[in-house]
Amino acid sequence: MNDLLAVLFDGVVYSSWLFLMAAGLTLIYGVMRILNIAHGSLYALGAYTAATLAGAWLEAGHAAVGTYAMLAAAALLVGAVMGPLLERGLLQWMYGKDEVVLLLITYAAFLILEDTIKLIWGVESKLLSEPYSLPGNFQIGELAFPVYNLILIAVAVVTGLAVAWALYRTRQGKLLLAVIHDREMSAALGINVDRVYLATFTVGSMLAALGGALTAPAIAVSPGIGVEVIVLSFAVVVVGGLGSLGGAALGALMVGIVRSFAVRYWPEAELFTIYFVMAMVLIARPKGLFSAPEARKI
Amino acid sequence: MRRDRTVPALVIAAVVLLAAAPLAPQWLVFLLALALAKGLVVLGLVLLMRTGLVSFGQGLYFGLGAYAAALLAHRGGIADAALMIVAGTACAAVLAAILGLLLARYREIFFAMLSLAFSMILYGLLVKSSALGSTDGFNLHAKSFAGVVLSAGIERRVFFAASVVLACAVAWVMHRYGSSHWGRLSAAIRDNELRVEYLGASVYRVVYVNYVAACALAGMGGAFAALAVGHVDPETAYWTTSGEFVFVAILGGTGNVLAPFLAAAIFEGLRTVANQYAPNVWQMSLGLAMLAIIMFLPGGLWTLLKRRSG
Repeated sequence: MNDLLAVLFDGVVYSSWLFLMAAGLTLIYGVMRILNIAHGSLYALGAYTAATLAGAWLEAGHAAVGTYAMLAAAALLVGAVMGPLLERGLLQWMYGKDEVVLLLITYAAFLILEDTIKLIWGVESKLLSEPYSLPGNFQIGELAFPVYNLILIAVAVVTGLAVAWALYRTRQGKLLLAVIHDREMSAALGINVDRVYLATFTVGSMLAALGGALTAPAIAVSPGIGVEVIVLSFAVVVVGGLGSLGGAALGALMVGIVRSFAVRYWPEAELFTIYFVMAMVLIARPKGLFSAPEARKI
Repeated sequence: MRRDRTVPALVIAAVVLLAAAPLAPQWLVFLLALALAKGLVVLGLVLLMRTGLVSFGQGLYFGLGAYAAALLAHRGGIADAALMIVAGTACAAVLAAILGLLLARYREIFFAMLSLAFSMILYGLLVKSSALGSTDGFNLHAKSFAGVVLSAGIERRVFFAASVVLACAVAWVMHRYGSSHWGRLSAAIRDNELRVEYLGASVYRVVYVNYVAACALAGMGGAFAALAVGHVDPETAYWTTSGEFVFVAILGGTGNVLAPFLAAAIFEGLRTVANQYAPNVWQMSLGLAMLAIIMFLPGGLWTLLKRRSG
């Protein structure tokens, strides 16, 4: 029983992190029809920036509690700089091309960013353990869990609710939904589509960077961490249905829990099970669990 | 109409490369052998692209072909290069014949993502299988070709010559295929598949056959690459390897069957230079080159050649 609980808890922790990644990806796809491979690089940038900022904070002799603020600041900073840079500097010239071509363009951006990260931070790994160890552990039965994981879950839930609220309850969000529904009609009605695109991409980038910043304390931040994340969050988003926030949440839970069961009971099959789930869902529902049917155009 | 010079070009390329096989220095033979192996994979990818599909998972068949060939030598005790190539191609074709039943129903980004998922499944299995050397992979050594025992030192040259003959033959077949009934149907499917269906052709069947052919080529390329390198590891099935193939396909363009090989040779050459002088900015230069080609040369490098000769 305890065992099961522990596995479930681990699964939910992993899901929370997956959801942060997937929410940004699915938001960007929903609005802009871009499956952004560079999302993984934004994640890595978030992790590196968080490690650097929090490291500098500690070095300056401030209280360790402040590192949490540094994590958040890193996410906001990376999103606010890289989002507009990528969208205005690169993607805006590419709108109207095939989805697959856009995928390749973001792949190119990913390749460029990967080396940029190496040039800035070098190839040694960065460690930042304070935010992880500071709040200590709590007990479920006989097993101890880091409290940090609870924080991670809370952040994911709050972020998910905030994004959903912003989308469905605010004026800006409704404008964005209109753009998703019909881009040209929205533009004709006077919605500034360019601005919606820029805002979406920036928010999506912030979510990716937040995922990275929150992971940084739990792992060794090293080159190549973004590579694996991309395909994982792709799997989540595709399972849920591209462009659906609820789908991303459900997909993250499915993938996260299946993975944690695999890790516990059948560790050889860890990667296998994740993509197996993805393949099975796509076979049963070719466009993911939450996806509206689309008319074929002649 | 301009005369098509593809076939004469193929013959000349074959003669030059065959002459190079015994004469060229070892490093050049290695580089060209790798380029030909990857060119085969990319040729298959180009076939899919002509049908309007981009696969982000050709690494699945590349890795499968490489492992099938390597296992035949390593476990089966049959260290014959010709049989290894047949095994690699056949394994890939069989798997593609099964997965193709499913994948042929998908288009665009879903096709790309599902093929990516399948390749990551193989990667996940290979990484965790300690019997196959996990992340390190294992070495292989082929001792004969089609029954003829080869002395050490020349075997790589013989494999290279074999890949030249086979690659030229495959390229010729693909060239003919491109102007055949089915080849033209593929292009029509890319333009508008619903109309093709209205005209009475089976889109599903064309996509399926093209997919299986493309993947068999990827398996063949994988077997050749394993022979050339003498080592296999799970990286061959990772998504970045698949991404590399897509890059080379875009670099060359889909205009001609020779383009994939040319692009693969340029790619491997550049990689060798970059590894030596600027290993830290290799990926960055790839990314920049890719952006430049998508923006300024959507037809790939091949359009440059065509412009000059036309």
